[in-house]
Amino acid sequence: MDFGTFNGLYTLFLIVIFVGLILWAYSKKQKQSFEEMGNSILDDDLDSTQYESTSSEHTGAKK
Amino acid sequence: MTTATNIQPDYNMKVVRQFTLTTILWGIVGMSVGVLIAAQLVWPALNFDTPWLTYSRLRPLHTNAVIFAFGTSALMATSFYVVQRTCQTRLFGGPLASIVFWGWQLVILSAAISLPLGYTTSKEYAELEWPIDLLITVIWVLYATVFFGTMAIRKTSHIYVANWFFGAFILTVAVLHIVNSMAIPVSMSSMKSYSVYAGAVDAMVQWWYGHNAVGFLLTAGFLGMMYYFVPKQANRPVYSYRLSIIHFWALIAVYIWAGPHHLHYTALPDWAQSLGMVMSLILFAPSWGGMINGIMTLSGAWHKLRTDPILRFLVVSLSFYGMSTFEGPMMAIKTVNALSHYTDWTIGHVHSGALGWVAMVSIGSIYHLVPRLFGQQGMYSTALVNLHFWLATVGTVLYIVAMWISGVMQGLMWRAVNADGTLTYTFVESLEKSYPFYALRFLGGLIFLTGMFVMAYNTFKTVTAEEGSIKPQELA
Repeated sequence: MDFGTFNGLYTLFLIVIFVGLILWAYSKKQKQSFEEMGNSILDDDLDSTQYESTSSEHTGAKK
Repeated sequence: MTTATNIQPDYNMKVVRQFTLTTILWGIVGMSVGVLIAAQLVWPALNFDTPWLTYSRLRPLHTNAVIFAFGTSALMATSFYVVQRTCQTRLFGGPLASIVFWGWQLVILSAAISLPLGYTTSKEYAELEWPIDLLITVIWVLYATVFFGTMAIRKTSHIYVANWFFGAFILTVAVLHIVNSMAIPVSMSSMKSYSVYAGAVDAMVQWWYGHNAVGFLLTAGFLGMMYYFVPKQANRPVYSYRLSIIHFWALIAVYIWAGPHHLHYTALPDWAQSLGMVMSLILFAPSWGGMINGIMTLSGAWHKLRTDPILRFLVVSLSFYGMSTFEGPMMAIKTVNALSHYTDWTIGHVHSGALGWVAMVSIGSIYHLVPRLFGQQGMYSTALVNLHFWLATVGTVLYIVAMWISGVMQGLMWRAVNADGTLTYTFVESLEKSYPFYALRFLGGLIFLTGMFVMAYNTFKTVTAEEGSIKPQELA
């Protein structure tokens, strides 16, 4: 296999991986767990300062 | 720290506090040097005929100070904060974090001394000579150890997206720094060294480094900041977590190839230039995907911008990010680059990213952090945060508009030819025409710097106030 063919196949391989990544990220099965990950930083019960838990109430965070 | 309400991990917030305060300090120092050299371009007498104060030595001091002292301190503060909070565990490695802090201050100090003395490798953004490069390598490896070590001992099941961006930044900067700084010292007792690369290869390695310093240090790292502090400050989850995954992989896969656009129409092989141009154009997609993800996090909560100047900082920084990541790919097109390269347009582009995006997202994040780190419910004065916001915005806009006009004008004057093929203008004529814009740029920079002093004052009042005495405020 010459260098050009290898480069072409390698590019194709990367495209397949990338399309696979998109399909995986947007699959229905993953939806809930990704939403949980997005929300995880707002679950501030584990906050280190008393102030921050009161501040979350102040701005109306969903606990 | 105030007393904990639930069972808490014992976070290491000391190092975060240290880096947060030094971010403001180095911001003021680095930007002051910037304002001084901007003034020197208008009034050359300001170098006072002193070698240490010449433009050629202070310019690398300015770039190193704002990138590696201000920007990197902000990244170290926020990455150490975010990785602990999202992994629900104390920083890995005990005293290592403290060594990273003091080691990094030593790097900054060595740069601040060696650059004005004239020690330089002459590689842009990698001017520091070999002994300092070795020190950087050691400190950086320790930084990576603490960061990835903390991820390894995390109490959460997943790794939050901000940590992916911080991780990519730390890893890539290590590789870039080591590869680009490969040099052979003249002797072990000499500061002088020569790069192991030569000719076009040297140029390519340098701009592979240079552009990825932009892509990974000044972009990926600050995107990590965005993915944590924008949702936290808006109190809403990021617009699309799935998009953030695509954003991450697309951005890091494409950025690494864009470097050759710094070398259009040089000795670099033509195919490499074209590749760099195409990759730069593709880069537009992940850049805007990320920007939209950040800005749309506010959808349904736009009213918060009316009362929260910290959120204004974060959102406007994303607007500048969108603007400069549109401008960048355009400037990477060879025909556009033929006009823009070597002119002030490039400086304008860099500063719309550096002041508008990097500095403003850092400032917003620091305003979010300071009260939390020093046991307060808000900054001493929200009105002063708002004043800072307007100073920063007006300063940035003045700066980049001045450079755009000056840059396009220079590009047009340099390429103008008479019917017989001779140049229409001499270089000095274009320089003369640039003076008013240099004055405007100086003014813009001065206004931005003034905002940093307002920040320092506000932070000082917040930090020194009695713990818990400052209540949350909203803008009237």
